Amino acid sequence: MRLNTAQWVPIAIAAVVIAVLPAVVPSFIVFDLIFVAAYAIAVLGLVVLTGMNGQISLGHGAFMALGGYVAAVLAHNAGWPYWIGVPLAAVACGAFGLFIGLIALRLAGVYLALATFSLAVATPSFLKHYKSITGGFGGMSLEAVKAPAWFPLDAQHWLYYVAWAVAGICFLLSALLVRGTFGRALRALRDNPVAAVSFGINPYYYKTLAFGWSAALAGVAGAFLAIATAFVSPDTFSFALSITLLIGAVLGGILTFWGALIGALVIEFLPLLAQQVNAAAPSVVYGVTLILMMLFVPDGIVGGLQRAVRRFAPAHRTKPELEPFSPSAAMKAADQPSRE
Amino acid sequence: MHDLAQQIVSGLATGSIFASMALALVLIYRAMGIINFAQGELAMFTTYIAWQLTQTGMPILLAFVLAVLIAFVGGVALERIVVRPVERAPQLTVVIVTLGLFTVFNGLAGWFWGYVVKSFPTPFPTAPLNIAGVAFSAQDVGVIVVSLITLGLISLFFQKTKIGLAMRAAALYPEQSRVLGIHVGWMLALGWGLASAVGAISGIMVAPALFLDPNMMQSVIVYAFAAAVLGGIESPIGAVVGGLVLGVALNLLGTYVEAIGNELRLAAALAIIVVVLMVKPSGLFGRTTVQRV
Amino acid sequence: MKPFVRKAGTGMFAAVFALAMTGSTIAPAFAAETGVTDTEILLGGTHPYSGPASAYGNIGKGIAAYFSYVNDAGGVHGRKIKYIDKDDGYSPPQAVQIVHQLVEQDKVFAIFDTLGTAVNTAIRPYVNQQGVPHMFVATGATTWGKDASKFPWTIGWQPDYQSEGILYAQDVLREHPKAKIGVLYQNDDYGEDMNAGLKKGLGKHQDLICKMASYETSDPSVGSQIASLKAAGCDTFMIFATPKFAIQAMVLAAQQSWHPVTYLNNVANAIPYMRAAMKAGGPGAVQGIITTYYLKDPANKARYGGDAGMKLYNDIMTKYLPSADKEDGNFLYGVAIAYTMVDVLKRAGKDLTRKRVMEVASNFTEKDNPLVYPGVIIRTAPNFRFPITQMITAKWLGTDWSPSGILVDTRSSATASK
Repeated sequence: MRLNTAQWVPIAIAAVVIAVLPAVVPSFIVFDLIFVAAYAIAVLGLVVLTGMNGQISLGHGAFMALGGYVAAVLAHNAGWPYWIGVPLAAVACGAFGLFIGLIALRLAGVYLALATFSLAVATPSFLKHYKSITGGFGGMSLEAVKAPAWFPLDAQHWLYYVAWAVAGICFLLSALLVRGTFGRALRALRDNPVAAVSFGINPYYYKTLAFGWSAALAGVAGAFLAIATAFVSPDTFSFALSITLLIGAVLGGILTFWGALIGALVIEFLPLLAQQVNAAAPSVVYGVTLILMMLFVPDGIVGGLQRAVRRFAPAHRTKPELEPFSPSAAMKAADQPSRE
Repeated sequence: MHDLAQQIVSGLATGSIFASMALALVLIYRAMGIINFAQGELAMFTTYIAWQLTQTGMPILLAFVLAVLIAFVGGVALERIVVRPVERAPQLTVVIVTLGLFTVFNGLAGWFWGYVVKSFPTPFPTAPLNIAGVAFSAQDVGVIVVSLITLGLISLFFQKTKIGLAMRAAALYPEQSRVLGIHVGWMLALGWGLASAVGAISGIMVAPALFLDPNMMQSVIVYAFAAAVLGGIESPIGAVVGGLVLGVALNLLGTYVEAIGNELRLAAALAIIVVVLMVKPSGLFGRTTVQRV
Repeated sequence: MKPFVRKAGTGMFAAVFALAMTGSTIAPAFAAETGVTDTEILLGGTHPYSGPASAYGNIGKGIAAYFSYVNDAGGVHGRKIKYIDKDDGYSPPQAVQIVHQLVEQDKVFAIFDTLGTAVNTAIRPYVNQQGVPHMFVATGATTWGKDASKFPWTIGWQPDYQSEGILYAQDVLREHPKAKIGVLYQNDDYGEDMNAGLKKGLGKHQDLICKMASYETSDPSVGSQIASLKAAGCDTFMIFATPKFAIQAMVLAAQQSWHPVTYLNNVANAIPYMRAAMKAGGPGAVQGIITTYYLKDPANKARYGGDAGMKLYNDIMTKYLPSADKEDGNFLYGVAIAYTMVDVLKRAGKDLTRKRVMEVASNFTEKDNPLVYPGVIIRTAPNFRFPITQMITAKWLGTDWSPSGILVDTRSSATASK
């Protein structure tokens, strides 16, 4: 993978910031940032699936639920250490995502939105129904994560670095995946499916795989949400979570990986800020902020920044990050019934 | 046999609630090609306005008409103020705006009117009706009848009136419509107004049965979404049929299929809908659109 | 506070950290106890101010109103109470994050009145590990009292749901020994606890239950459930449901011409809800329904017109929450539970410590809470941490609840559920 200066400098800065942040922010923010890592991984899944491949998912909370419960059940019922749960959550969700991806091949636009939304809506019922495994509505408390003896800081910091290291791996693997043939195929299928197929791109293979990869990412995120909270219950994965992830993706910028990072920060901290503005009706502040942001940066924060950079620094015409800035055909394509 | 009939009638009653809300969703989809997640909250908010009007002693029918008018104007205003600026943005952006409106109106209603569940006056007689041992209320029948009337009026409007035809043209072929001198922007605004008005009718009709609180429409909108898609998202008739079918199916699945029960009936119903869509990807009443390349 | 650095001097990394952190962890000149100064006691809590359960946010507002009232009257031993109350959206992960902030950043003395069973289950291990009092949680699950030895820093307040279920079972066995009971219950921990209580109370007569129908909070209506309970031939109806669904249940039963002996759970028996059911379903829909009580009802002007406690409540509401709907029982719940909290803080004395407060909370008797039903005594002992165990049954006659006159103490049944 070869990066030019404009690409690796921001990545290096982000890595350094993530590494030293715990030293400068209060401990509760460190704790919050563990959740940001989890959300970033999940939103990244949406960027790959919805942004790059044009398949809408209103149900990624369901994959997070599966991932979270896989990790929780293994830890709680089988007594396995948490770090085994994370990759297994990814595998389970990846497999489940491939299956849903097969269904998604038959559906598009609003019909796919409903199918995935159904998944999110039905998830809590299933979690409640299979009480003997899931602990029912009361959920399961998990053992708090402990830091290994050689680690100089406390458990909270340990989990922070683990979560962000895993997030880094997820971003790296996703980047490798969408750079080559795979990424080109995904985008071609999004922008012009008919032409893509006539060029010999197999839509079944690529679209299903995109769904599987995206779900696996959500599974990892769910596992970390469970581990960080040290508790899972159906309330943890209400269908509002799926909506929140989509909000994060669009607000951050659904066409780039940076959007996933920014979007995760927004969905973590916006509700906390909203209640400082108006404690009596935080949802009013939250909603108004959503609308205003969409009015000012309709293509997300990262999209807005990219436009600003291009406007004020024409000399340093940066090569687009991972995705050319285009009038987002993604969502337009997603709304047309596919006929292949 | 009685029990079965009672479950079906009760399912039709809840189904009519889904149907009336699904109708509003279909209207917006036809106008803009998006799902308006705020539709239910807008309906709930106007229902509160109607409730407030009845508290001043206004007769329910007058409050009903006034609230529907307010909803229409409000819908047009919302389109002009918050939707129009993002009209050319990706459709997901518009969807997020509707999610924003959802939280705003839900929060505002709680702020203004509190969370105590309120009864809402019904324009229909309250005495229970009973035919051959199957019990129902005039309210149930009323919701179905009003939904059908609304459906009829909408169909007439879109097929027979000039402005209705212009709205359809603007939604389907915006560029060509502009050439023909149709003001596409205002047609979209009109679509929002109309959908809000239909939503308000729905909210006011169902409030006596569901009881009014700021979260009244949140469960309804999920089912309405499913009903609209089942019927074919562009078809008003499909929305009504989809709603009624869904209502009955839920009751029958919950009551008579032991393995599903009330707990998993929503999941089961949604799974069935997804299977239906896989066989018929454009819904029961939808037309298959040919993809433009 | 737990040490930030686990091992002193393990390498550069830790040193850099320690250096960077000193700026933000300058301790006050003196600190007798975290969250307590000469002039202030800092309490933290969470309530759902957004999301599906936002109705309960009013409990938090009621609490804040009562604390303002206490502060204006001089506070507790000269200290003002500062209550940091945040929105958790009824989501366990969000609540856990906020509680971390309250404990680590705001350094509250105690967590008070966090709401909801899932939320409190999620935060309980953390606050217990930190040794922060987790007081008077707003949920009636039995675990708060039952698991006190495992989680000594956590204590409940309201009567536990199982005891309420037991009470209805006892009433059925006494009054209608041949009943055919149909149960409508919310499919969550609340409904499960109520059902468990009902079954426990019925003992060997569990066969009296002829049908149980569950609903989900995402259901729009319970019409189908009512129809199936009626079809099963039930003649006694247990409503274990939150207000909206309970009102629907009463009205739908009347509309389907089903007239069983009806028991209505405490969470849905406020007078505004009964009025709503009466308006929609006629007087017949609510006449003769049986319920239980442990708080006063702010909407019941007829009964509490001259009541001193209710006057206090109304005065506080008028002064500190002038635009609020006084009839919303959630406000009264908030004021009542805050009263107990202040009472415990007062008894803990001038030398306030977290340990002392828990000692008091788990061994006290409060006879004068002005907002609980007259005669209800709030009482705990080190081996019995169910503060409220007394309830009164009442029957709806005409336009008001008519109490049976005998306070029932579920103390024995609560112990039994240990």
